[in-house]
Formats: sequence, C-alpha cells, structure tokens
Amino acid sequence: MFLKRRISREAVIPSSSLADIAFLLLIFFLVTTTIDVDTGISLVMPPWIEDVEQVKVKSENIANILVDEEGNCLLDDQIVSIPMLKDIMIKKIKANDKLIISLKTVRATPYRIYIDVLDELKQAYNELREEYAFNKFGKPLNQVTEAEMKEIRKAIPQRISLAEPEKVD
Amino acid sequence: MRFQKKRANPQQEIPTASMPDIIFMLLIFFMVTTVLREYDVLVKYELPEAVSVEKIENKRLLSYIWIGNDERIQIDDSILPVEEVMNVAYHKRLSNPNVIMSLHIDKGSRMGVVHDVQQQLRRADALRINYSALRKL
Repeated sequence: MFLKRRISREAVIPSSSLADIAFLLLIFFLVTTTIDVDTGISLVMPPWIEDVEQVKVKSENIANILVDEEGNCLLDDQIVSIPMLKDIMIKKIKANDKLIISLKTVRATPYRIYIDVLDELKQAYNELREEYAFNKFGKPLNQVTEAEMKEIRKAIPQRISLAEPEKVD
Repeated sequence: MRFQKKRANPQQEIPTASMPDIIFMLLIFFMVTTVLREYDVLVKYELPEAVSVEKIENKRLLSYIWIGNDERIQIDDSILPVEEVMNVAYHKRLSNPNVIMSLHIDKGSRMGVVHDVQQQLRRADALRINYSALRKL
C-alpha cells in the first residue's frame, strides 16, 4: 500500500535561542554604556560685587600662597614645594583657627599646578576634619551623620580665597 | 527477546524557558540605569588628577563647561567666546537655581582663561563650581 506519509509538524517556535539574543543585547549595553561618576573638587565662589570694598584682614590671619608659571610656590615669602604644603598648612591652621588662605596665581600658571595646590589645601582641611570627627564622635569622616557633619564644618570651616591672577609682562 | 530493565526516565534538562526573562530583566536594569552622553564634546581636554576629589551625588544639578587645550570654551553643544559665558550661565541658573557648574578644563591650560570664565560665572551668580578631576591613585 502506498500511502503518503504525513509528516507531523510541531507548531512550537524554539525559544531556546531567545536567551542568546537577549544576552547579545545585554552585552552590547554593557560594553557601550559607561557608568561614569563625576568626580572633582567643589568650591563656592564669592558673589560678584561691583565696587569691592577692601576688607582689612590682620596680616597674621592670612596665609598668602603665590604660584608662578613654572610651578614655584611661595608661601608668605618663602619658597615651599607643593607636596609639602599640606603638612605646613595643617600646622598653620591648628595654630590659628581664623586663618584665611589666599591662593593667587599669575595668568600663565598651568591649571594642573593650580589644581595640585588646591588639592593640597583640601587635603589639609580633610585631614583636620577627620581628626576632629575622630576625637569628637569616635568615627571616621565618611560615617558621620548629616548633623555631625554640619558641626564639623562649623568647627573647621574651609577658608580659601581665590585672588585675581596677576598680570606679568 | 531481550530483557530490558525498566528504567525511570527522569528529565535531564534544566528548564531554560525562564532564562530570557531573567536576561531581559538585567537588560532593562542596564538600559534604565545608564545615562547616555548628551553632548558632543568639541574640544580636546585631559583632566588633571587630584587626591581629595569628591563624588557629585546629584547629577541633575550639573551643567558642564569644557575648556580645551586650545583654550576654546564649550557649553552644551557650542563653542562660545568668553563674554557669552555669563549669558548662558545666567539662563542656566534661572532654570535651575542650584546649578553646579562642572568645569572640565584641560590640565595644560593657563589660569588666565580659567579665571575669566570664573569671573563670568560670578557675574551670572552661578557660584557653585566643581573642578572636574580624576582620582589620583
């Protein structure tokens, strides 16, 4: 007997490769996207005032830092190296809690060196705050609460003044 | 005739039917959490490195300014002269009073141009700035 054999077709779409396709998409997104966290040094600048009235600050309450275009750093008329700045400033701030640090550059100072100096100052403040947090609250700075952080900020304020760069001919 | 032991026929396959769902969940997580770059940066810059860098928690407050190694200034998608920075920053501050200006400045650029931009920002009353820097290891 010659009967045509019926081929039974299964009506199921194979879904085993769906995972592979989804994997491919996943890998594409993993590779192309960058979860970049913006990091940087934050500052709040003073507001703009047309006629700046000169405020006299006692000369012992101010630390003048001058940076020239070659990266030489002058702290109160003494040449210091930039990596030393942190330790010197920590001593100075400890000795005088009203100290204002005035950071002045010339127009030709490279930005990199300016950031280096600013970084040293920030590190000095951070170290002092860390110490304060440890003595007062007995925990490191990154574990203090919001209210405690406020108190620390009040106890050790960052007083960095950015002066206008000097023109050098 | 052969005598065959009757064997139990347990299923040996791990069911993979739910695998795509799991993968899709991962996929959707990545698609939602990642932010695609909004701007084409038209200037060349290399960020400086610093130790005491902080993370910026709130990315929505950020507004970017780039200064390239040829001292061209870019805000959003266009290159601007220095005098225009004030206007743009002022409008940004109007729409978002707590705006943080994130300064992406090439490490070789001179302080003169940086200072000029800062003065413009001060005039626009956009006082919160952030010098973008990489974490030094």
